[in-house]
Amino acid sequence: MAYDKFTILTSSAVPMPIENVDTDQIIPARFLKATERTGFGDNLFRDWRYNGDGTPKQDFVLNNSIYSGKILVAGRNFGSGSSREHAAWAIYDYGFRCVVSSFFADIFKNNSLNIGILPVQVSPEFLDKIFTAIEADPNAQLEVNLPSQKITILATGESESFDINSYKKLNMTNGYDDIDYLQAMKSEIETFASKSIY
Amino acid sequence: MPATLFDKVWDSHVVRKIEDGPDVFFIDRHFIHEVTSPVAFLGLESRKLQVMFPEKTFATADHNTPTINQHLPVKDPLSANQLKALETNSAKYGISHWGLGNPKNGIVHVVGPENGITLPGMTIVCGDSHTSTHGAFGAIAFGIGTSEVEMVLSSQCIMQPKPKKMRVQVNGKLGKGVTPKDVTLYIISKLTAAGATGYFVEYAGEVFENMSMEGRMTVCNMSIEMGARGGIIAPDETTFAYIKGREKAPKGEAWDKALAYWKTLKTDADAKFDMEHVYNAADIEPMITYGTNPGMGMGISQHIPLAKAAGGSVASYEKSLDYMGFHEEDAMLGKKVDYVFIGSCTNGRIEDFRAFASIVKGRKKAEHVTAWIVPGSHIVEAQIKEEGILDILTEAGFQLRQPGCSACLAMNDDKVPAGKYAVSTSNRNFEGRQGPGSRTMLASPLVAAAAAVTGVVTDPRVLMAD
Repeated sequence: MAYDKFTILTSSAVPMPIENVDTDQIIPARFLKATERTGFGDNLFRDWRYNGDGTPKQDFVLNNSIYSGKILVAGRNFGSGSSREHAAWAIYDYGFRCVVSSFFADIFKNNSLNIGILPVQVSPEFLDKIFTAIEADPNAQLEVNLPSQKITILATGESESFDINSYKKLNMTNGYDDIDYLQAMKSEIETFASKSIY
Repeated sequence: MPATLFDKVWDSHVVRKIEDGPDVFFIDRHFIHEVTSPVAFLGLESRKLQVMFPEKTFATADHNTPTINQHLPVKDPLSANQLKALETNSAKYGISHWGLGNPKNGIVHVVGPENGITLPGMTIVCGDSHTSTHGAFGAIAFGIGTSEVEMVLSSQCIMQPKPKKMRVQVNGKLGKGVTPKDVTLYIISKLTAAGATGYFVEYAGEVFENMSMEGRMTVCNMSIEMGARGGIIAPDETTFAYIKGREKAPKGEAWDKALAYWKTLKTDADAKFDMEHVYNAADIEPMITYGTNPGMGMGISQHIPLAKAAGGSVASYEKSLDYMGFHEEDAMLGKKVDYVFIGSCTNGRIEDFRAFASIVKGRKKAEHVTAWIVPGSHIVEAQIKEEGILDILTEAGFQLRQPGCSACLAMNDDKVPAGKYAVSTSNRNFEGRQGPGSRTMLASPLVAAAAAVTGVVTDPRVLMAD
C-alpha cells in the first residue's frame, strides 16, 4: 500500500498504559467483515470505547478530549494475538502514525511497518517518563525523528534512541513498500522456485 | 557448522539476503481464507499484478461460516460477501478453493494437514496467526498480515527478518488426564503471553516424541500465544505415518525421495539456541486459564495468583480479573460454567472429540450448559460419525454442528453472551473474543467435557477410570 513518507513527527500523544493490548481489542473480529481497507478507525478499540448502545464510555482515553495527537503511547506487549492487519489499518485510519511501547508483538510490528505506522520501542523507564510527561501536561509534545532514530519529550528534553533496520527505515522515509522490491526480482524468484522440490 | 532444524529449513528458503534488512523468503504453501485475503486481491488488481504460482495457494472458507444449515444461503450479508469474494478471486486467478459445501471444506489449519498439503521442510504462511499449527510437521509456518498475503500472491515471497531460536524441552511422562493442550497452556503460563516474542520455538524431549500428530498440532498452534512467531517439531516416524497415503502427499518414487530429505530435518547435536527452557512432564496437571490472555493459566486445582506475584503491571492484572469477575486466590474448581465450546484449529481434530467422548460417555449434559461441538473439517465430522462418537454425544444430550472456526472468534452466530462463562478448547481468552462481554476459560477437551457434564469447572481426573 502506498502511504505518506515518515520523517519527523512532532505531536501530542494519547496515553494508554495497559499491558498486553491484543488485536481483538484494537479491532474486534465482528468488524473484520469488510472487503476494503478503509473505515476501520470508527471501530478502533470498539468495546473499550463505546457502551453496548453505542454511547461513548466517558472513562476511555479516546473519549477524553484533553488527549489527542498522532502518537499512541501504550503499555508493554502491544498488539499481541491475531495477525489481522485490520488492527494496524484501524490505528492508521483513526489518525495515529506512530505507536510507542516498551514491547511490541511481532506480527503487529511487521503489519505496522508495512502500512506506514512507525512502531517505536523504548525502554520501560523511558516509557514511564513519557506517561509522566503526559500526566503533567496532556498537550506534552513528543518528537519522533526517524532519520536520527530518536524520540524526544520536548518539554523535558529527555530522549532515547530506537532501533529499526535500515531497509525498513528507507521504506518508511520514502513511502515505498515491499511489493515494489519483490516485483523487481521476479526472475531471481523464478529461478529459485524451479529448484524447489515442492 | 551444526544447525538447528529451524536453520536448515529457513536457510534453504532464502532467495536473497539484504544487509541490515529482512531476508527475501520463499514460500512453498500459501493458505488463504475469506477474511484476510479480499484486500490483498484488491491490491493485486490496482497494481495490475498476477498470482505468480496459483498452484502453491489453497483457499478455504472457515472464519465466517455458519455451523448449522450450511446448505442454505449465508444470512449475514457481510459474511456472504466475503465468502463470495474468496470464491470469485480464487476462480479468477486459478486457485483451488474449498468453499462451503465442498467435502474438503473446514478450518484452514485442519484441512491442510489432513489432505497432505502440509509437508516437512516446507515454508507455509497464511493470513492467520495460528498458521504456526503446521510446524508440527517440521515445517516453518507462521501467520502474516494482508500486505504480506498480497506479496506472496504476487511474488511467492515475503520480506522477513530471521527470528531468534528457542528450544523448549519437556521431559518425562505426562500424568493421567494431562493432554497436549495442558502442555502448551503450562509452557505459556511459565513464559507469559510475550515470553517468546521474537523467537521461533523448537519443541523437543520425550513428551513431544511420544505425542500424536494431533497433539503436536495443538502445541505448535498455540506457540503464537506466547508471542513466538511459530513452533516446530522434528519430523519422525509418527509424522511420516500420518502423511503417507493422504491425497496430496507424494507417492511412489516421489515419496521415497521426499522421505530421504525429511529424515535429515533435525537439529544437530551441537547446534546452539538463543534461549532454552526445560520442564518436567510430572509437574503438569490439567490446566485452565483465569484471565484475559493465554499466559494467565494455572493447574486446575490451584488458586488464582496474587497480582503482585503474577509479574507485570498490577493495574492490568486487576483489570483482567475484574473483566472475568474473578478475584485473587479464588479456586477455579466449582466455578459455574454456562457455555462449552469444543472445536477450533487448536482442538477440533478427531483425537479431541475422542477425548471429549471418553468423559461424556454414559453421562448427561448439565442442563444449564449450552455446548457447541464443532468439528474442524468435514473429514473430522465423518470420523466422528464412523467411530460411534456421535452416538455417545447424542445419548448424552449433545448435538454435533458443522465445521468452521465458530465460537473461537465468534465471527458467525456462535457467540457467548455478555457476562456468561465459557470453557473453551480454542486458543484465546481475550476480552470479547467469543462475543462482546463473553468470559472465556481455556482448557483441554477433557476439562471441557467435565464442565459440560457437571456444569462447573471440574477436574476431569475424578471422572476418568483408572
